[in-house]
Amino acid sequence: MKFIFLFCFLLLQAFIFNITQDPILEESIKRGSDIYSDFCVTCHLPNGEGVDGEYPPLAKSDFLMKNRVQSIMTIKYGAEGEIIVNGKTFNNTMAPLGLADDEIADVMNYITNSWGNENDKMITEEEVSKIKK
Amino acid sequence: MKKINPVKRITILIFIISSTCIACAQQNESLIKAESPTDIKYSTEIVVPDILIAWGMAFLPDKSLLITEKSGELIHFKNGMKTSIKEVPEIYVRGQGGFLDIKLHPDYETNGWIYMTYGSADGDGDGGNTTLMRAKLVENTLVDKEVLYKAVPNTKKGQHWGSRITFDNEGYLYFSVGDRGNRDVNPQDITRDGGKIYRLYDDGRIPEDNPFFDDENAKKAIYSYGHRNPQGLTTNPMTGEIWENEHGPRGGDEINIIKKGKNYGWPIISYGINYDGTTFTEITEKEGMEQPLFYWVPSIAPCGMTFVSSDVYPDWKGDVLVGSLKFSYLERLVLENNKVVKREKLIENLGRIRNVIQGPDGYIYVAVEGKGIVKIIPNES
Repeated sequence: MKFIFLFCFLLLQAFIFNITQDPILEESIKRGSDIYSDFCVTCHLPNGEGVDGEYPPLAKSDFLMKNRVQSIMTIKYGAEGEIIVNGKTFNNTMAPLGLADDEIADVMNYITNSWGNENDKMITEEEVSKIKK
Repeated sequence: MKKINPVKRITILIFIISSTCIACAQQNESLIKAESPTDIKYSTEIVVPDILIAWGMAFLPDKSLLITEKSGELIHFKNGMKTSIKEVPEIYVRGQGGFLDIKLHPDYETNGWIYMTYGSADGDGDGGNTTLMRAKLVENTLVDKEVLYKAVPNTKKGQHWGSRITFDNEGYLYFSVGDRGNRDVNPQDITRDGGKIYRLYDDGRIPEDNPFFDDENAKKAIYSYGHRNPQGLTTNPMTGEIWENEHGPRGGDEINIIKKGKNYGWPIISYGINYDGTTFTEITEKEGMEQPLFYWVPSIAPCGMTFVSSDVYPDWKGDVLVGSLKFSYLERLVLENNKVVKREKLIENLGRIRNVIQGPDGYIYVAVEGKGIVKIIPNES
């Protein structure tokens, strides 16, 4: 019985996931997830929760979801100084990661569509390439 | 089957799922915990301001300072002025890689050799790998550049480049390369680069008595293997031994004394778990694999390491200092017979600490991200 319940639950989840994603975005998110676990996970942690007082959260982050251009710029060029995320102040440095524009688009699509974040406007390589310091 | 109402059933299910998750993430915390001192007997001074990531630093005989900036710049700081050195090697900046460590030859005043490690995209394949170069500095320009070692293959992975350089008392050069994000392939295979400490002569030749010199397929420069990501490497001034620290995954950062030909176990044995809380190994020890001298749970993300051997800080003499990237403090480890007996947090909340050295003047210099180079000055008693 337990297993049937679990099976139905997973099926339902897969269904919801599928109807909300278009395949191109889905592929981008998948690649972004790999980038995330190589370049980002050390500080921002597997569920985007960050570290209190050190590394800001990405999960349900008002900063990330409201500052699309600045978020892309941060990944592209790094950042330092004070930012406020979900009412908490962070003052740290993030070094530029050396990611290509398509990789930045992928990882942005991943983090803006994970852990409770929802982004209905896909980020493209072209959009990233136009963002300058 | 006894009837359980649906709400209760879901509760039980959630409980079972969550309790398995907790169980797989269980780790034993380090027995000795890092404490904040009650009485701070020092002050700090920013001696070189405004550097994002000062990875390596080396004092020249005229007391000026060479600093590698991870993004690819070599800075010469002299008389309060920063000069960018020309003709630096082309640096491949990717993830944790970039311009890494810098060290002077022990006999620098006679021969002028400067040693550097950095990410390089040279050679076949996309991506890059850790490279060791030596060069001389003439009028703010690097000359006589010689690549002494280039780890292969190139990879686009951003993780685990190392790297630190040290010389032992006999003049051998040691440097580290991390596993390059290829945990299950590189560190345990001595025919491959990555996850290793290497030993060379100062001109890049491989010593004939290196442990795998006679192994036809081995990378003959390897001195020890089974490492994850060593970003601290220093010569113990009391014993001449090579001491190393390396990042673990979640928990399991280590301090090791590096011995010839030894296997330090990564990823077969580890006190760490994956970032997502799952495990990759059940064992923490195995015959033929070295136990760490100390391991950190939770991880502090150790970066840089030095012994305090000068008389500038009488209370700290003989202690080991390690930077914490993760918790933004400098850790002082007090040792008795090669056992850590006390851990103390110094210069808390200044920023992420990338490196720590003892300068030729006996003072401790710390590289703090976004700040620059900070000097620790003891209070006059």
